[in-house]
Amino acid sequence: MLIPTASQTVGPFFAVGLTRPELADLTHAGKAKGEAIVIEGQVRDGEGAPVPDAMLEIWQANAAGKYAHPEDRQEKPADANFVGFGRVFTDRQGRYRFVTIRPGAVPGCGNALQAPHIAMTVFARGLLKHLVTRIYFADLAAANEADPVLSAIDDPAARQTLLAKPVNSTPSAYRFDVVLQGEGETAFFDV
Amino acid sequence: MTATYPQEALSAHPPYRHLAYGSTAKRSPDHPLVVIPQTLSELTGPVYGRDSVAPDDSDLTRQHKAAPIGERIIVSGRVLDQDGRPVPDTLLEVWQANAAGRYIHKVDQHDAPLDPNFTGSGRCVTDAEGRYRFISIKPGAYPWRNHPNAWRPPHIHFSLFGPSFLTRLVTQMYFPGDPLLALDPIYLSVPDEAARRRLVSSFDIETTQPEFALGYRFDIILWGRGATPMEN
Ligand SMILES: [Fe+2]
Repeated sequence: MLIPTASQTVGPFFAVGLTRPELADLTHAGKAKGEAIVIEGQVRDGEGAPVPDAMLEIWQANAAGKYAHPEDRQEKPADANFVGFGRVFTDRQGRYRFVTIRPGAVPGCGNALQAPHIAMTVFARGLLKHLVTRIYFADLAAANEADPVLSAIDDPAARQTLLAKPVNSTPSAYRFDVVLQGEGETAFFDV
Repeated sequence: MTATYPQEALSAHPPYRHLAYGSTAKRSPDHPLVVIPQTLSELTGPVYGRDSVAPDDSDLTRQHKAAPIGERIIVSGRVLDQDGRPVPDTLLEVWQANAAGRYIHKVDQHDAPLDPNFTGSGRCVTDAEGRYRFISIKPGAYPWRNHPNAWRPPHIHFSLFGPSFLTRLVTQMYFPGDPLLALDPIYLSVPDEAARRRLVSSFDIETTQPEFALGYRFDIILWGRGATPMEN
């Protein structure tokens, strides 16, 4: 086996090469099937300070719970208007915002369904490798209870960090903060 | 039957906390990472950007009215998995400083000239054999405030997707024989020497084009799936 190419930080200047404003809206200007939702929040460091130079990417299934990828062989409807990939940068207050659609449930290992979720990667100056986490929906308590990935996290407080909290607004919005270190640190995955 | 990605490969990457690179101190997690099963969510991944790339996107010297200042270079190579199989049809995004060591970015205050003919941003998609090719100018070294008299070795930032969510990679390509590498905490954050060497391109006379530009070869190895299939 060849040694994989090692990760290096995106540094502070990634906007030069990675700016794609259209990737903040995964709904293809509202044409994607399903319920439009907003995911918004703030990225903070170990001192609670906002991180103004982070890039967040998300990857998710469509409203029917199917990924736009050849490896997803489920017999569920594809959506030509939904790629499922998003990318945003944080602003000076460390805030970010995605518009997307509510993902359907996808299978885990075996045939059990996972709770609906969105995979997220975090890149920033000071991160030598991106961090990986998941966004779950706090208002889907029963599904979350049975989810195999949430169950792999022993500490209930760490599990809480993966739950996006509903915000009263139209369209439905969820707040999901990313804490890189310390008090309230987001649970990150070894993948 | 689904082959998963073996965890051993992760040891090639730098640790999150590498205090010689000061910005890691408050941005690296305190808690150990949680091992999770690799599900459909990880084994799939964005199929993004293949259709929107224009031929000139891979020639960073032809994006403005005139040619940028600096030493013209050709950077090419292959994107492979750990078994040496090509990774076709995957997007590469690159960005870099100009020949003077300056980025077109409001945060970059290095007192070196901007070049109106150089943005420093490019894209291309690998072909069926995993090959890619960029034309650019050699980036300059630039100072940063990590430690006294700190200079980043000339480098090109690379961003790649590969076949799944797990193969996502952002890295930096360096140039051979650079004395700054031995002093650079970002380069040195990679623990294994062989893995560090992989980040350094090699001068390549085959890629070099007569009376046009020197060629550098930079192959990129993405996380590969294990040989052992796992019952789904
Ligand atoms: Fe850089």
